[in-house]
Amino acid sequence: MPDWLIIRTFWELTVTGLALGSIYALVALGYTLVYGVLRLINFAHSEIFMVGTFGALLASSQFLSIPLLEDGNYPYRTGMTLIIFLVFIMLIAMLFSGIGAVVLERVAYRPLRGNGDAFGAIVLAFLTAFIVSLVFVDQAKINVIIALLATAPISYAYMRFFKQGRKAPRLAFLISAIGASTAISEAVGVWSKHGRDQYQTPRLLEKKTLFTMFGTDVRIDYAIVIVGALLMMTALTLFVNKTRLGRGVRAVAQDAETSRILGVNVDLIIIVTFALGGVMAGGAAMLFTLVYDQTRFNIGFILGVKSFTAAVLGGIGNLKGALLGGLLLGLVENYGSAIFGGQWKDVIAFVVLLVVLMFRPTGLLGESLGKARV
Amino acid sequence: MSLVLNFWLRVTALFSGFGEQFRAMNKWQRYSAYGLGVVALYLLPYWPDVPVLGQIVNTPGSQFETVLNDQVVIFVLIALGLNVVVGIAGLLDLGYVGFYAVGAYVTAILTSAHGNLPWLLALPIAVVISMLFGLILGTPTLRLRGDYLAIVTLGFGEIIRLTAKNMDWLGASRGISNIKKPPSMFGLKFGVLDAKPYFYLGLTMVFIVIFILHRLEYSRVGRAWVAIREDEDAAELMGVNTFKFKLWAFTIGAGIGGLAGVHYAGKVGFINPDNFPLQLSILFLAAVVLGGSGNMYGAILGGILVAYMPERLRNFSDKRILVFGIVLVLMMVFRPEGILPKRVGNEHKKRRARSQEGEVAS
Amino acid sequence: MKKSVLRVGASMLVLSLVGVACGGSDDSSADACEGNSKIAFFGALTGEAGNLGINIKKGLDLAVAQHNEANPDAQIDVEAYDSQGDPDQAPALADKAIADACVKGIVGPAFSGESAAVNAKFEEAGLPLITPSATNPDLSKNGWDVFHRALAGDDKQGPGAASRIVADGKMKVGVIDDNSEYGKGLADIVQTSLGDKAVELNSLDPEAADYSAVITAAKDAGVDAVFFGGYYAAAGKLAKQMADAGVTAQFYSGDGTLDVGFIEAAGPAAEGAILTCTCAPKDSNPEFLKAFQDANKGEDPATYAAEAYDAASVFLAAMKDGKTSRGDILKFINSYDAAGVTKQLNWDEAGEVTGSAVYAYEIKDGAIKGIGLIK
Repeated sequence: MPDWLIIRTFWELTVTGLALGSIYALVALGYTLVYGVLRLINFAHSEIFMVGTFGALLASSQFLSIPLLEDGNYPYRTGMTLIIFLVFIMLIAMLFSGIGAVVLERVAYRPLRGNGDAFGAIVLAFLTAFIVSLVFVDQAKINVIIALLATAPISYAYMRFFKQGRKAPRLAFLISAIGASTAISEAVGVWSKHGRDQYQTPRLLEKKTLFTMFGTDVRIDYAIVIVGALLMMTALTLFVNKTRLGRGVRAVAQDAETSRILGVNVDLIIIVTFALGGVMAGGAAMLFTLVYDQTRFNIGFILGVKSFTAAVLGGIGNLKGALLGGLLLGLVENYGSAIFGGQWKDVIAFVVLLVVLMFRPTGLLGESLGKARV
Repeated sequence: MSLVLNFWLRVTALFSGFGEQFRAMNKWQRYSAYGLGVVALYLLPYWPDVPVLGQIVNTPGSQFETVLNDQVVIFVLIALGLNVVVGIAGLLDLGYVGFYAVGAYVTAILTSAHGNLPWLLALPIAVVISMLFGLILGTPTLRLRGDYLAIVTLGFGEIIRLTAKNMDWLGASRGISNIKKPPSMFGLKFGVLDAKPYFYLGLTMVFIVIFILHRLEYSRVGRAWVAIREDEDAAELMGVNTFKFKLWAFTIGAGIGGLAGVHYAGKVGFINPDNFPLQLSILFLAAVVLGGSGNMYGAILGGILVAYMPERLRNFSDKRILVFGIVLVLMMVFRPEGILPKRVGNEHKKRRARSQEGEVAS
Repeated sequence: MKKSVLRVGASMLVLSLVGVACGGSDDSSADACEGNSKIAFFGALTGEAGNLGINIKKGLDLAVAQHNEANPDAQIDVEAYDSQGDPDQAPALADKAIADACVKGIVGPAFSGESAAVNAKFEEAGLPLITPSATNPDLSKNGWDVFHRALAGDDKQGPGAASRIVADGKMKVGVIDDNSEYGKGLADIVQTSLGDKAVELNSLDPEAADYSAVITAAKDAGVDAVFFGGYYAAAGKLAKQMADAGVTAQFYSGDGTLDVGFIEAAGPAAEGAILTCTCAPKDSNPEFLKAFQDANKGEDPATYAAEAYDAASVFLAAMKDGKTSRGDILKFINSYDAAGVTKQLNWDEAGEVTGSAVYAYEIKDGAIKGIGLIK
């Protein structure tokens, strides 16, 4: 065997690639679920992930009040405390992302389906009044007060507009998603405590080597990420395949109109779909902070693009495809970096995508959330 | 609030009324109206000096005529080109910045880094090479469905940027400086300080592109585009070679994007890969859809708004991107077709009616 | 009804012509500045790299505030042009600064990228500038008369960093950069200076979260030191992930990393890292340190604040000397030779400051400590 970098470090690259790929896969699930049900690229899903990382940050540093450093070292926890804390942080992150995804759907997408409700009208009215008030005064508190006062009449007007039930063309959903994505990440960048700086999350888990495989140390955090992602994905697959709501998701994915006629509450199913995607992104966010200990207002953007690439690579709308695409992308990036150098990493990822789509125009496993049993 | 809505409806009615009036005018009235408008546009750099108007249009923190050229004209050119791809042919392109970058880089390579051509000669070469890139990217990818196309084009834009960033031959992250400027012509000197000549040049480019697109839109190609966008399968069945016409749209759009790049490179004289981030593609797309995709004048309006408003709103500089995001959502909720929506059906009926009138008269 | 189109068009035209008429009279008064003279800040105050610009502006503000206190009858204003570090936005701002006759000098542009995009404009307009932070060596090779920098370029810093690494007895140094203009430029110089002691480990993407590929390569090469060319956020992530992966190589980096943000991002992994900068340590001039802390609620001056203070004080000295036109101020700067808070301020033809040195810093007990000059 030739003495190349990739061959010497193959297993190490594999482990780290799989870990990052697992996170891609979890985020890709959100794209895939929404695409499968609504045929919509939920461009703002990346920011749902970002919100999840901030949820994890709040959970550990505020709710559990764990400092970044204790006596100059990481605030390690062990045993049951560690497990309970990690589960708690994950639940909070999932809660943040899940709520974020549902709110996003009600505000930025549902009105475009000609189905806007009071909640969306109120939020949109508040936002309208808020940005109009910014033209006159730029002091967060005053802006909020003005916006709150104006919310009622504006939301009344918006509700009347929603009653017309106008449906928007497909491109409009994408632009709305882009707008929402920009707004969410900028809002965090403008109003969070340290603004656009990088945030550190407390490190609870000591990153010891768990076991050695093929001469490569497998660290415990990587193991948790890979196993955790697989578990979450199994849970999701079971939910979609075995539960009543899951059956609804598959039905709507196959044919929304027919499902509606057959008595499926399509709006509820769409909310469930977004919530599921959000929860997966929240889990991914917590695993992400577990490995990298950091987040930032714009952390979602690149990760979102990569995860979306992963979803398309595997076949968008296909749950197994998201897993395959995510893991594959993580590996390809790592191997590619070892061969061509780190600066070509993204180029390699996109070229692989291009080549795959050339030969399999609907991704490796094809689209199938509705068509077959996933 | 209903007051605001009412006002909004009136404003848009005024604009659509404009169109009606326009069509109702005879040839000479129409030409003189065009003429007046064109002259007024060429005088745009002087608007900030007009008493009341100046207060309204001037950009508080940056030089107005530089904004007009560097931001507004570039965005209008790009919106025009992207509108062909997205609005007219219905192809979702999230990597349009790639063509803009190709245009700028070819100019830079030919006039500074690896050549000594004059800017004027680099211009057609750069446009043709941008079109070639459109062809190369389009041929394999246009067979993909809409959403796949989005991610592939996005990847393409990134590949272009990263290649420029990683290759020393392309200046790597240092970029390329000392790009040649357009030659002096018609008494206009293209220097470093005065942005006005560049604006006049850019505006002229915009008019030429509008003219060409107008001719195209009402040609066989244009009709094929409309057919494809409305229903691709039906168009295919009716014997339209959809692939060929989609490729045309992609290539022409790429050429216009390249032209914008040439103009930018010639004006600033320095480019580096950071000038062409992925986010810019998204901004371009937002411009087209915000203004009204499929309607050339809508796209122009969108380009103007997206480029100009952030500079106008420098007072709350920190929050302008946030505001932009919220405005996008609100626009899509309440006016998803954009500010000036396309009127395909009407337009064609009216044209047919008018041409029949003409036949009767002659 | 039809006529209203014509009417609107005609009124637009008339308005524009009024504008031409008004604008025409402008030229004669272009040199006259009504009101106080201004020193402009040019760089990012918001956006990704806003921190660095804010540091610079604080130094500038302090110098101007001191001047205004001492000279109540010759007040100077500070005008900020916030480019967000974006070369796309910079030209329109530069034109605005040039068109404002009251702007007599620029402290900035802060970054090398935007400098390349706009310095030619300042040169054409004869508007003098002193940058406190743009360290790309190429900038001084354009023959710009107006260009000065208040600290040495990377072509001085790179060899300095390399000689420190060699002096520490490192035999195999992995060189990594963030593929930015600044980071790659600096890393390349360090690599050249290190010669065969350097191992090229290529670039990483500063926006990405995961650097395991480059770290694996470093591990594989068995390096005993790593030099990173790039900014503090990426440097912090790299140092931390290297420690996590069990790489024990000594971490070195340049001035882009010299920020508390590095320590925050790297945590305990930052400990012992050695950073170089052509900027002086904050405690090298106690007087300045105290004045800065008093003016900023006890906050310490961060990277480039002292250089900005120096740059501003040169402009202020020129104005105090009675120089009012940009040309006179430029001449004054070109022949200036006096001590600043960071170094002797005196520029050569190209605009490089002559008396400059490279300082080394070490991260110790979670803080940046100056550990002296590099010979």
